[in-house]
Amino acid sequence: MSPSQYEPSAIQQGRITFRRRKAVRSVLLAALSTAIVGTLLGVLVTGAPGWDRVRQSFFDPRIAREWLPEILEGLWLNLRMLVFCALAALALGLLIAVLRTLRGPVFFPVRALATLYTYSFRGLPLIIVIYLMAFGIPGLRLEGTPSVTVLGGAAIVITYGAYLAEVFRAGIESVHPSQIAAARSLGLSYRQSMRFVVLPQAVRRVAPPLLNDTVALQKDVGLISLAGPIDAIRMAQIGVAQTANFTPYVVAGVLFVLLALPLIAVTDWVTLRAARRQNAGT
Amino acid sequence: MVLSCTDVRKTFGSHVVLDGLTLDVGEHEVVALIGASGSGKSTLLRCVNLLAEIDDGVIRLDGEDITDPRVDPDSVRQKIGLVFQSYNLFPHMTVLDNITLAPVRVHKRPAAEARDQAMEWLNRVGLADKAGSYPDNLSGGQQQRVAIVRALVNSPRLLLLDEVTSALDPELVGEVLTMIRELKGEGMTMVLATHEMGFARQVADRVAFLDKGRVLEQGPPSQVLGDPVEPRTRQFLARIIEAGRL
Ligand SMILES: Nc1ncnc2c1ncn2[C@@H]1O[C@H](COP(=O)(O)OP(=O)(O)OP(=O)(O)O)[C@@H](O)[C@H]1O
Ligand SMILES: [Mg+2]
Repeated sequence: MSPSQYEPSAIQQGRITFRRRKAVRSVLLAALSTAIVGTLLGVLVTGAPGWDRVRQSFFDPRIAREWLPEILEGLWLNLRMLVFCALAALALGLLIAVLRTLRGPVFFPVRALATLYTYSFRGLPLIIVIYLMAFGIPGLRLEGTPSVTVLGGAAIVITYGAYLAEVFRAGIESVHPSQIAAARSLGLSYRQSMRFVVLPQAVRRVAPPLLNDTVALQKDVGLISLAGPIDAIRMAQIGVAQTANFTPYVVAGVLFVLLALPLIAVTDWVTLRAARRQNAGT
Repeated sequence: MVLSCTDVRKTFGSHVVLDGLTLDVGEHEVVALIGASGSGKSTLLRCVNLLAEIDDGVIRLDGEDITDPRVDPDSVRQKIGLVFQSYNLFPHMTVLDNITLAPVRVHKRPAAEARDQAMEWLNRVGLADKAGSYPDNLSGGQQQRVAIVRALVNSPRLLLLDEVTSALDPELVGEVLTMIRELKGEGMTMVLATHEMGFARQVADRVAFLDKGRVLEQGPPSQVLGDPVEPRTRQFLARIIEAGRL
């Protein structure tokens, strides 16, 4: 029988109708409960005794419009930092993770240093690293010291590199040893086995947590404002000081969320796909 | 001799798995390794492929001592194919990429040529339509045939097969056995570890019974499986018959 001749049986048609009705009912219910919760929240916030003052000092549309272009300009720095720092931290993390897998006495110092690095920089608060790098290194008065922005970026890369190295390492260790045995048995060298067999599987497995850390990084990029460069947060701070109004902070906050949205969406999508793949394999 | 193992010793801690094992395999010969679970069949195959380091003795391939520490293990492995019980295909690569990985990356063959050769093999084993599939979407018998092809495209001097049928349903075993019988017809030198005495009887020129880390008894299948000399071989076969595997 060709597929075109297939007609669902009465039982199956009954099931389809039932499911469709159930779906419609679920959507209606969800809409209703959302409306109720939304109304309650709105009444609660706008009905609060201090709402008028809060609205004036946090949600002033005139100030928001006035400062938006300047904060956007600052955000451009955040965006460039984000792209650079994320790529550099991913590369550094991968490198450290691979170094930690090297066996043999020759590599002992390399392994030890890599381990020390991941241990210490995962414990050290990012703010302290930024201060040490951005104020400490210029203090040495060395020839050719890079700008504070570069040093701040380096602090973020070093800190996040340590986290990402552990994520990569977990991925590498989750690849079963029989995969390496299979690669070696085909005559591939250790390096080739890593590159073509272990790392591709490891990266695929840890893609969701890696991306999640990248989302966290995109927020923390704002911390370089502490070292002086004028990014979105720094610009908002200036705005707050000049207008004696907190609206610029809210504007910067909204911009950061908007900046993160695509990244978060990609993370969700990758996570979902990874989960599906895993379920399909079993 | 293609392969010659002399007084091979392999231990894991205080556990002696191979204890002065000696085994020779001649050109075009097919040798079946039998023995109880844990008798060291897989360990021997891993030692021959240098995936495990032996603790004493010598293993020679075409007369060359491959257990000499100065020998480059990668170049030895390029001449020996090993097929695992659990296939160990690379799940992130298509069937075709699994097969062409070593020819392209190790033997530096042009990609197009490696592909053509891989497709030829897949055609032979009836899997040409699976070239673009991922291993997870293949049946066990199909995966195992791909794993064998992956080892064969490197034109190995010696093919090691470790219980290649034990993870398969009885209907799927046939596909793999047919393939191995054809390879034998083409003169491939093979060592295969197996629990299937019927399989050993059909394809092997010689059966070697492993016990206590040595080859206790070896000879033509009809003799070792039909009329064993050693009492321990008889015990082993009696247990197998009880389990209904002969
Ligand atoms: N990496 C290892 N570390 C410690 N012991 C091991 C290791 N590999 C194998 N062994 C031990 O060596 C012995 C032989 O194992 P091996 O896998 O070679 O047996 P086998 O004959 O292939 O058995 P089976 O028929 O069940 O596959 C077993 O007792 C096993 O526990
Ligand atoms: Mg085994």
